[in-house]
Amino acid sequence: MAEEKKKKVIVPIGPYHPLLEEPEFFALYCDGEKVVDVDWQAGYNHRAIEKLSEGKHWDQVTFLVERICGICSTSHPFAYCNCVEDLLGTSVPERGRYIRCIVGELERIHSHLLWVGLAGHFLGYNTVFMWAWKYREPVLDMFEIITGNRNHYAMFKIGGVRRNIEEEDMPALRKVLKGLKAQLEMLTHAVLDDPVLGARLKGVGVLTKEHIKNFGAVGPVARASGIGGDIRKDDPYAAYPMLDFKVITADHGDVFDKAVVRLLEMFESIKMIEQSLDAIEGKGGDIQAEVREIPPGEGIGRHEAPRGECFHYVKSDGTNRPVRHKIRAPSYTNIPTFKASCIGQMIPDVAIILAGVDPCYCCTERVAVYDAGSRKKQMYDFNQLVKMSRQKTEKIRKEI
Amino acid sequence: MNVLDTLKEKLGGSIKEIKVHNAKRIYITVDRADVKKCLKTIFRDLDARYIVASGVENFDSFEILYHFGFDVEGTVVSVRTCLDREKPEIESMTSIIPGISYIEREMKELLGIHFTGHPGLTHFLLRDDWEEGNYPLRKAENG
Repeated sequence: MAEEKKKKVIVPIGPYHPLLEEPEFFALYCDGEKVVDVDWQAGYNHRAIEKLSEGKHWDQVTFLVERICGICSTSHPFAYCNCVEDLLGTSVPERGRYIRCIVGELERIHSHLLWVGLAGHFLGYNTVFMWAWKYREPVLDMFEIITGNRNHYAMFKIGGVRRNIEEEDMPALRKVLKGLKAQLEMLTHAVLDDPVLGARLKGVGVLTKEHIKNFGAVGPVARASGIGGDIRKDDPYAAYPMLDFKVITADHGDVFDKAVVRLLEMFESIKMIEQSLDAIEGKGGDIQAEVREIPPGEGIGRHEAPRGECFHYVKSDGTNRPVRHKIRAPSYTNIPTFKASCIGQMIPDVAIILAGVDPCYCCTERVAVYDAGSRKKQMYDFNQLVKMSRQKTEKIRKEI
Repeated sequence: MNVLDTLKEKLGGSIKEIKVHNAKRIYITVDRADVKKCLKTIFRDLDARYIVASGVENFDSFEILYHFGFDVEGTVVSVRTCLDREKPEIESMTSIIPGISYIEREMKELLGIHFTGHPGLTHFLLRDDWEEGNYPLRKAENG
């Protein structure tokens, strides 16, 4: 294969690319327009957070891990707090647990809306992009009401949450949720019933159950392939055991089914937030348990982030800092699935397959296409790659 | 049968130590030579989900914990093995779990644990011209 690979045309994507949550590099080995292999190189934005964590106090680490991801900034503190609480055996007061779920589920809604918008943008559906991001705004406003910030909420601490949800804010939160449900219904129908989007996304970037198992993929990527794994149900934490919700799965494993899973999950999230608000309204109660010292030992914490299972492992020697803190973000196991999902696909489809696992997005972009044999090199910018994707959509639109 | 009993039955004599932190968190220690056999049983026969592996540096040894999720039971099983402090080395598990390749490359460059039989143990996070023998996650003077 190594010799054969040398003869192929390589399409490098990255290190800076709006489809990727961090600067990363993918080399697509192509035979004509068809992708035959993919290589992944990471580390362009390696910030040594695991190492930094070893030099910080247990409480400071909560804020450090919040900086891992700018979009789902609650996922890592959620998993980290679960992890330290697992080590301690502490239980969080009931109100604190519900507030954790409210923040976690709001984050899922805004993260999925962001994905739907960008997926639409890459396919040439800018209306979807505008709608989805418009509907995301009230969700961010809800965050501001609850936490004081639209992002990086700093809500979590070991033993509970740092801020309460005030009783007088409840009506405003419920009103936003009600409006959001109607908007999401309209958006979901518009996306899933569109014949062109169906033609563009169905059967593209298919992942089988075997692929999911081999790469250890998680979250909506796994659920779109018919694997019902969801940490909220499998290993319930916070208030999830008290909430009534369904785990959304689909069977085909293509990009369309990943969209279906994400869109329908948002309705479950709204349901959970409403149930949580019902449970805490007018009840009062503590939001945090007192935690003083962290004894020697090990802990494992997990959280079902919008992109899948977030996994943290800590080891303590009884001092005020972790001696080892291992973090595994969901994209770490989702991104290698490109080895399976991109192969055999056309270059214009790769943009949406890469976006299909929902890595976050950064803004600078450079794509170079060069022929490895003749050493000819041609630079494309992001607009041209998206243009290729949109041209394909236009072509299908005319045919239908 | 719960996860703990299944593990005891299937892995039998390979288990040197079992630590049950709580019903959902089980740590088992196995010899370096038995890791591959145990992982194959857990990943293939018991159909557990591969989560990740954690490399840990201790004063007198290195440890690797291979974490697996038993999602039906909601349990995390971590298989721990100790490696020699001077020459940390273990067989690569890529032939059993293809997705483990990246974390093995990461442990190699950050902690200096060598994985024999890995198909491409090249740099993953650090740049290609990174100084050989400088492992940034180690607690030694270089780290």
